[in-house]
Amino acid sequence: MDTFAALAHGMAIAAQPMNLLYALIGVFLGTAVGVLPGIGPALTVALLLPVTYKLDPGGSLIMFAGIYYGGMYGGSTTAILINTPGESASMATALEGNKMAKAGRGGPALATSAIGSFVAGTIATIGLAFLSPYLVDIAVRFGPEDYFALMCVAFITVSATFGDSPIRGLTSLFIGLVLGLVGIDKLTGQARLAFGVPELLDGVEVTTLAVGLFAVGEALYVASRRHHSEEKIEAVKGSLWMTREDWKRSWKPWLRGTLFGFPIGALPAGGAEIPTFLSYSTERRLTKYPDEFGKGAIEGVAGPEAANNASAAGTLVPLLTLGLPTSATAAMMLAGFQQYGLNPGPLLFAERPDLVWGLIASLFIANTMLLVLNLPLVGLWVRLLKIPTPWLYAGILVFATMGTIAAKPSVVELSMLAGFGVLGFLMRRFDFPIAPVVVGLILGPIAESQLRRALAISLGDPMTLLQSPISATLLVVALIALIAPFILKGLGRFKANED
Amino acid sequence: MTESAAREAPARGIDKAGIVIAALLAAVALVLVYDANQIPATTMYGMGPQVTPVVIAIGLGILALANLIDAVRGNLPPRESADPVAVLLILVGLALLIAIIGFGGGFIPATTTLFVTTSAAFGRRAFVTDLIIGVVLTTLIYVAFDRLLTLSLPAGPLERLL
Repeated sequence: MDTFAALAHGMAIAAQPMNLLYALIGVFLGTAVGVLPGIGPALTVALLLPVTYKLDPGGSLIMFAGIYYGGMYGGSTTAILINTPGESASMATALEGNKMAKAGRGGPALATSAIGSFVAGTIATIGLAFLSPYLVDIAVRFGPEDYFALMCVAFITVSATFGDSPIRGLTSLFIGLVLGLVGIDKLTGQARLAFGVPELLDGVEVTTLAVGLFAVGEALYVASRRHHSEEKIEAVKGSLWMTREDWKRSWKPWLRGTLFGFPIGALPAGGAEIPTFLSYSTERRLTKYPDEFGKGAIEGVAGPEAANNASAAGTLVPLLTLGLPTSATAAMMLAGFQQYGLNPGPLLFAERPDLVWGLIASLFIANTMLLVLNLPLVGLWVRLLKIPTPWLYAGILVFATMGTIAAKPSVVELSMLAGFGVLGFLMRRFDFPIAPVVVGLILGPIAESQLRRALAISLGDPMTLLQSPISATLLVVALIALIAPFILKGLGRFKANED
Repeated sequence: MTESAAREAPARGIDKAGIVIAALLAAVALVLVYDANQIPATTMYGMGPQVTPVVIAIGLGILALANLIDAVRGNLPPRESADPVAVLLILVGLALLIAIIGFGGGFIPATTTLFVTTSAAFGRRAFVTDLIIGVVLTTLIYVAFDRLLTLSLPAGPLERLL
C-alpha cells in the first residue's frame, strides 16, 4: 500500500472540522483527567469511554487519540509538580522533574517534557505509519496457530519477564484468563462459569474490570494508607520558557529517548518503563553535568519523557496491525474499538482504511494541539491538581460508577465493579501487577479460539503448533521469556509495570 | 556482613495473608474444574469448551503452590499498615449505591451517597457541605450525560423533576 497516499487520505479525514473538534475535546478531557493525581493514561481512557458511546466510530476513535496523548501529557505534569507518577513510565520523569520544580525550575521542566513529547510523538507516529503496512503484510500470512503462539509471547512478556516477581505477574495473568472464561463459549454456545446468572453469559466487560481495578482499587488503596503521607504541590515559579542552554541540553535526549522508546514499544513486550529507564540511565552517563543528576537535571526529564511518548506510539503498532494490546492503555484502546464491533488487525487495514489512517493522522493533530494548548494552559492544570483529595477521589468514584451505570445499569454489573475494586485493592496491597489481568481478560478468549481453530484444522493434532515455522519460533521465544527471569534472578531488573 | 544479615532477617517468617492468597487461588482452580465437568461433552475435532478451563486450573494450581512457597518463606514484599475504616466506608458507599440503583432510587441519590461516604473515608467530617457538593456535581453529570449526550442513566423521583 502506498503509505503517503493513505496518510494523506487520513489527514483529509482528520482535518474535517467536526473531527478536529473531536480531537480538541479529546485532548482537553484527556489532559484534564490525566493530570489528576493517581490517574494514569489507561484509567483516563477507561473513564472517558462513556463520553464516546454515542459518537460514530470515526469520530470516537479520533477523540480517543486525543485522550490517549492528552492523558500522557497530563501524567507527566503531575509527575513533575507533585512527584506522584500516575504510572511507572513517568517515574523517571518524576525523579528529576520534581527536583527541578522544587528548585523553582518547574516551567522549563514542563516545557522540555511537552516539547520532547511532541518531537518524540511525531517521529514515532511517522514510524507507526510507515512500519504498519509492512507488519500487516506479514500478519496476513499468520495462521491461527501462529496467532496463538504470538499471544503466548505477549502473555509471558507482559506478566513475567519484566516484572518484579514472575510468580506474582503470572498469578495476575491467570486471574485475567479465568475472568476471560466467563460467559458463553463462542464456538459451541456452552455457558462457562456463569453459575446460572444471566448477566454473566455475556462475559466480563473489559471496561468494568479496568475501571474497577484501576479507579475503585486505587481509591480504596489510597484511602487505606492516607495516614502515611501527604502530597505537596510545587508551584510553577519563574519563567515557563526554556533558555538557550535548556534547548541545547534537551534536543539530543529527545532524539535518543525516541530511539529507545519506539522500537521497544513496538515489540510485543509491553510497557514504557524499560525505554524510560534506559533513556534515564543513558542521559545520566552521557551528561556534561553529572553532579546535577538527582538534583534536577533537564536531560533526565527530556529523555525519559520522549521515550515514554515514543513507546506509546510504538504500542499502537502491534495493537493496530495484530490486534495485540501490550500495555493496559493499549488494552483500553482495544476496548474502545470493540465497542463498535471493530477488531484491530490486518483485516481492519483492508476493510476500514479510512478509520485506521484517520486515527493515525489524528495522532499527529492531537500531538500538535497538545503542544499549543499545554503550556499556555498550565495554570489551569495546576488548579486541577489543587482539588482536595477527599473530593478528588469521591469525584473519581462517582465518574467511575457512572460509566458502568450508563453501559449496564444492573445490580450484577455494579457488584462486579465493586468486587473488582476490592481485587484491585488487594493486588495493590500485596504488590501484584494489574496490567496482566486486563491483558489476560482480553487476549485469553482470542488465544483460546485461535488454538481451537488451529486444532480443528489439523484434525486435533497438536503438532501443528510446531510444524509452522512462525509458530514454533514464537513458542521458543515465549519459553525463553518465561525461563529467563528465573535464571537472571538476582541481576537488577526493572520494576513491575503498571500504567 | 552484619548489615546484609539484618536486612534479610525480617523477611523470614510465615506470612499468613500469603497463605490465604494461595488457598484462594487453589479454590478458584477447583471451581474451574468443577464447572468444566458440568459442560456436556460434545464430540468434535480438537478441543471442546471444557479443555481450556482445566488447563488454566492446572496453571492456577501450580501458581497457588508457588505463592504458598513464597508465603512460607516470607518472601512477600513488605506492607505498611492499612486503615480498615476508610476501606469499609467506601465499600458501604458502593453497597448503598447498588441498593439505591436496584430499588429504582435513581442516579443522583445513588452517586451522591457514594460521594459523601468516599469523602468521609478520606477524613472529611463536613457532611452537609459534602452532601450539597455531591448533589450539585451528580446533577450536573446527570444533565450533561443523560440530556446532552443522551446516555440513559437510571431515573428515580428526583431525576423526573429535572
